[in-house]
Amino acid sequence: MDIELILKVYPYFLEAAVVTIELSVLTVLLGLICGALAAAARMSRFRLLRIIGAVYVSVFRGTPALIQLFLLYFGGPQIGIQLDAFEAGVIGLGLNIGAYMAETMRGAIVSVDGGQTEAARTLGLSRAQAFRKVTLPQAMRLMIRPLGVNINAQIKGTALVAAISVVELTYTAQRYIGSTYKPFEMFFLAGVLYIIIITVTGKGITYLDRKARLP
Amino acid sequence: MTEAHKFVDIRHAQKAYGDLEVLKDISLTVDRGEIVAIIGPSGSGKSTLLRAINDLDSLTGGEVWLDGVQINKNLPYRQYEKHINAMRQQVGMVFQHFNLFPHLSVRDNVTMAPKLLKGLSDKEADKLAEEQLNHVGMLERIDYYPSQLSGGQKQRVAIARALAMQPKLMLFDEATSALDPELVEEVNLVMKRLAEEHMTMIIVTHEMDFAASVCDRVIFMDKGVVVEQGPPSVVFQNPTEERTKEFLRKHLAQHHAQNAAEAAALTAAQTNEGAK
Ligand SMILES: Nc1ncnc2c1ncn2[C@@H]1O[C@H](COP(=O)(O)OP(=O)(O)OP(=O)(O)O)[C@@H](O)[C@H]1O
Ligand SMILES: [Mg+2]
Repeated sequence: MDIELILKVYPYFLEAAVVTIELSVLTVLLGLICGALAAAARMSRFRLLRIIGAVYVSVFRGTPALIQLFLLYFGGPQIGIQLDAFEAGVIGLGLNIGAYMAETMRGAIVSVDGGQTEAARTLGLSRAQAFRKVTLPQAMRLMIRPLGVNINAQIKGTALVAAISVVELTYTAQRYIGSTYKPFEMFFLAGVLYIIIITVTGKGITYLDRKARLP
Repeated sequence: MTEAHKFVDIRHAQKAYGDLEVLKDISLTVDRGEIVAIIGPSGSGKSTLLRAINDLDSLTGGEVWLDGVQINKNLPYRQYEKHINAMRQQVGMVFQHFNLFPHLSVRDNVTMAPKLLKGLSDKEADKLAEEQLNHVGMLERIDYYPSQLSGGQKQRVAIARALAMQPKLMLFDEATSALDPELVEEVNLVMKRLAEEHMTMIIVTHEMDFAASVCDRVIFMDKGVVVEQGPPSVVFQNPTEERTKEFLRKHLAQHHAQNAAEAAALTAAQTNEGAK
């Protein structure tokens, strides 16, 4: 392994890792928002909203994320959506992970014992109050770990935007292979940086989960 | 309301799940301050009837009235929600599996609804929680979480939670069925105390002794109808209906078998002790 080469190029990889982190943070935030909206829509008492939520989830989970990205970035201009590669990456991947997060959130919410809502409603709480005060706080605790799995997948998923030339870790590795002809070193370096990002995030999730745990 | 009304008035209650008729035209009334037990075999519709009173299960026919107001009014969704939430504040319910809120301390379990629905300040709510918990002997556990309590303690907190809303009527659905035998008594004592305070109570139970000692009236249900009702002395000692007799006979036999099994287990345990 060419350590000297790694030492020479790693600052550029660090810069690229920052872009990967930015992409991860933004897509996860967008995903959490879309996920919460879609989960709410899927559990709404209005049929139309339930349908919209279900269609969103099945479309984004039922097609490759890469196709979604290409459609948005290359196909967008055709229907008047002009985005730069980074924006397209954030929006495309954010919508994609949002569909998975919607299912995670819904799963956590429905797994809260129905007796809880009943107890709240018998006291006279409205549907919304029972949800806010009783179901949601319990569901939030249940969803931390599975959302962590979604986030883990999303961090690795940001590599897809290399395909639309966003200069993040994977794209940077590919570019340096072009000039150095050392694919092992380049992918190894990128891999190490991914592992660091994933591990730190995983620790954060574990910490949150432990902090939210009930006595 | 010029007309004299019954405190709880169930008129021609019907409930069907598809073809399955669970309540078949049940009419009953309960007076203010009266304590009524509902007994009957599994699946006879006891829980369904109890839950219909606060519309946790909606009737498919008939009416439920509380203190001159119809509970299951036919109203548009939003209006009905408002109406039913106001009605439910007046009806406390205690479940077999307690359904305490696990994410809230004992104090917050008791104060959450009064704070939210009656606008109590933190201080007022604390005072209320202390009173109610003291009443059920759970004051020392005020800052515990439900998971840190025994079943009997959980149920006592659940009763305090319901009472904190100052209900006119309390519904109990097998409040002691999920408890270990040695924890039943502490919950029964709390319910007896409520009875002495003349709280109106409808109690679904399998405990005939308890029903006999606290209730003014016993209602025997079978297959979705009220078969027989009357004072416990009559229903338990001198029932007129064949179905009631049969139920009580079976129940007694089961009770004896269970006691015998427990006694046998105890003897076995003692023998083992001795052998060591
Ligand atoms: N959601 C439901 N869908 C279909 N059938 C139901 C439903 N809930 C209850 N039932 C049926 O209604 C009947 C009465 O049930 P209910 O729970 O009221 O009986 P119960 O007298 O309380 O019995 P137990 O002593 O076992 O608690 C049963 O046959 C039950 O299977
Ligand atoms: Mg029942």
